[in-house]
Amino acid sequence: MEPILEIQDLHAGVDGREILKGISLTIRPGEVHAIMGPNGSGKSTLAAVLAGREGYTVSAGTVRYLGQDLLEMAPEDRARAGLFLAFQYPVEIPGVNSTYFLKAALNEVRKARGLPELDAVEFLQFVRERIKLLELNEDLLKRPVNVGFSGGEKKRNEIFQMAVLEPKLAVLDETDSGLDIDALRVVAGGVNKLRRPDNAQLVITHYQRLLNYIVPDYVHVLCDGRIVKSGDKRLALELEEKGYDWIQGCTLCEPCTLTPA
Amino acid sequence: MPTTLEPVRPAAPAADRPVPAGPRAVFAARRAGAAAEPAWLREAREAGLRRFEQTGYPTLTDEDWRFTNLAPLTQLPFQPAPEPAVLTPVEAALERQPFHGLPGPVLVFVDGYFAPQLSTGLQPPGRDGAAVIGNLRAALAHDPDRLAALLTRHAPADDHAFTALNQAFFTDGAYLRVPAGCALEAPVHLVFLGSGRRDATASFARNLIHVGAGARLTVIEYSADLADRGSVANHVTELVAEDGAELEHLKFQDQPAGAFEVSGLYVHLGRRVKFFSHSFALGARLSRHHIRLGLRGEDTEAVLNGLYLVNGERLADHHMLVEHASPRCASHEYFNGILADRARGVFHGRILVRPGAQKTDAKQTNKNLLLSDDAVVDTKPQLEIYADDVKCTHGATVGQLHPEHIFYLRARGIPRETARQMLIHAFAGEIIDRVQCAAAREALDRLIWDRLETEERLGLGARD
Repeated sequence: MEPILEIQDLHAGVDGREILKGISLTIRPGEVHAIMGPNGSGKSTLAAVLAGREGYTVSAGTVRYLGQDLLEMAPEDRARAGLFLAFQYPVEIPGVNSTYFLKAALNEVRKARGLPELDAVEFLQFVRERIKLLELNEDLLKRPVNVGFSGGEKKRNEIFQMAVLEPKLAVLDETDSGLDIDALRVVAGGVNKLRRPDNAQLVITHYQRLLNYIVPDYVHVLCDGRIVKSGDKRLALELEEKGYDWIQGCTLCEPCTLTPA
Repeated sequence: MPTTLEPVRPAAPAADRPVPAGPRAVFAARRAGAAAEPAWLREAREAGLRRFEQTGYPTLTDEDWRFTNLAPLTQLPFQPAPEPAVLTPVEAALERQPFHGLPGPVLVFVDGYFAPQLSTGLQPPGRDGAAVIGNLRAALAHDPDRLAALLTRHAPADDHAFTALNQAFFTDGAYLRVPAGCALEAPVHLVFLGSGRRDATASFARNLIHVGAGARLTVIEYSADLADRGSVANHVTELVAEDGAELEHLKFQDQPAGAFEVSGLYVHLGRRVKFFSHSFALGARLSRHHIRLGLRGEDTEAVLNGLYLVNGERLADHHMLVEHASPRCASHEYFNGILADRARGVFHGRILVRPGAQKTDAKQTNKNLLLSDDAVVDTKPQLEIYADDVKCTHGATVGQLHPEHIFYLRARGIPRETARQMLIHAFAGEIIDRVQCAAAREALDRLIWDRLETEERLGLGARD
């Protein structure tokens, strides 16, 4: 099957400092991939480069997304083509109403898919149904984007947006950080319900805990900007048990410990 | 009975300033041809002219004018608009104004002269206890004694040269009187249009608004020009609200790129008044709006709210003096500025807490969004406090659009330009949202959004 994402020998960094040192990764429809790694291993840089955040320089390698050169695309074009980044730190945007923002985003994505824009009534019906998936209060829709949301609400709001935009490839950047176990279950439940044979998910996390709920097909261990080991979900459990030090090649990183969930 | 707002530091008359020869000659000619006015008004006009002759126009060396260079205005010949002999067709301009179609009476003034045929919903003075919605000239003819106690009493000619000139030369304006206990539900619209006639470089309107005890009123002042001929609009509004009144005053300035506007809002508030003032400055080559707010009774609350949105070479200046003269009053000022190209914004806000005005709650916020490297803002908050049990704060910020905000919106598929517009609109929305009159608020919201989308007009193109 045609891959959704194909990363080959990706080198990227910030301010002349190389952080990703040759990453290769292929994600096909229906697959869930997890990227694990200690702090500073390059996990969030990978997410940023995929989403098109400014300030990152790609020095070598290619990223193909649905057959297109992803690195050539503007962030909004990536989103319209079905790439979604769930932010590790969602920003508060005062004055921009959540409903208004989400409707604008959804209609951009629908336009790109050749679908008609939803009118106000259709849109509200749709988001009300989706917001239930995340057990979020509908009142959030009336508030400015993320303003005054708790940490957990912000993370759930990211997955709620994912549920509305129905991406082809969702990149979840440490969506589990800062969530208590109940919120984690809700978020993971939402993500799982959005899983389909024609889409894919890339779950970035420091801890194995999330992977109890979002069960990956593949696990990759990122260390010092390289994928040092790949395997199936058992690899995550092994990491949980032995810590990152167990992985060969990880000695380059700062010493780290895996905190049990 | 009415107390004038004492200027704390009156501009010193200076002999060495250039005083245009024009005003005195124009004044004499007008006086000869004018219908008989009450003696007190003739004296007030004479006093206004004398005051102007003493001081001349302000210059950059005046502390209160150091950020606003008036030279392009003061070099113009002094040419107040004569009374129009023929009717200027302004219907199209009226339809363009953002509040067109809203409910409420509309009073239209062209070059400072009342246009009754374009005005609707007038209520001439009749039986006592009924509201009056009309023009000042008619009120002066009908009820000069009542006006003698109010007109020019709250806008002192020695505040600055433009108010002095206005006092000497005002032609007409609105007269609104809402008797005690009476509520006008629909807003009253005052529309000031410059005709763009060649012989009219300056117009002078004077409004007098008197809101009785417990009465309610919303007033919307709109000013624009039919042609861009570099005219000068000099408008003064005197506003008196008695105890327990509720009053909202919205001013919307949308002058063309070559025009000048200097305006003043002089407010005298009694006890337990709720007052909102909104100033929207979107146009003019140079605009300066003065607010002089006197909190003269206890337990009164005032919100001064404003937005300046300017591009090109425009300058928008707001100059405020809030005087807490009574205990337990609140004044909250919120001014946001959005500046593109080489535009300049000036915010000058002074809060004066008089001795005895204990439990004053005064707050002042000025936030500025600079959309280009060449835009400039000068912000000068000032607190002067002579009471010891008060809460006074001020703050000013100058910044740019937040790149993280833009990225977040783009990462959801929203194009960069739209993302920028959404964020600018949100910044303006903080101010628009405080407008109490729902119909006006919605009209403003649409208008600001339209302006942001019309990129060539605002020059807000991508530049981050």
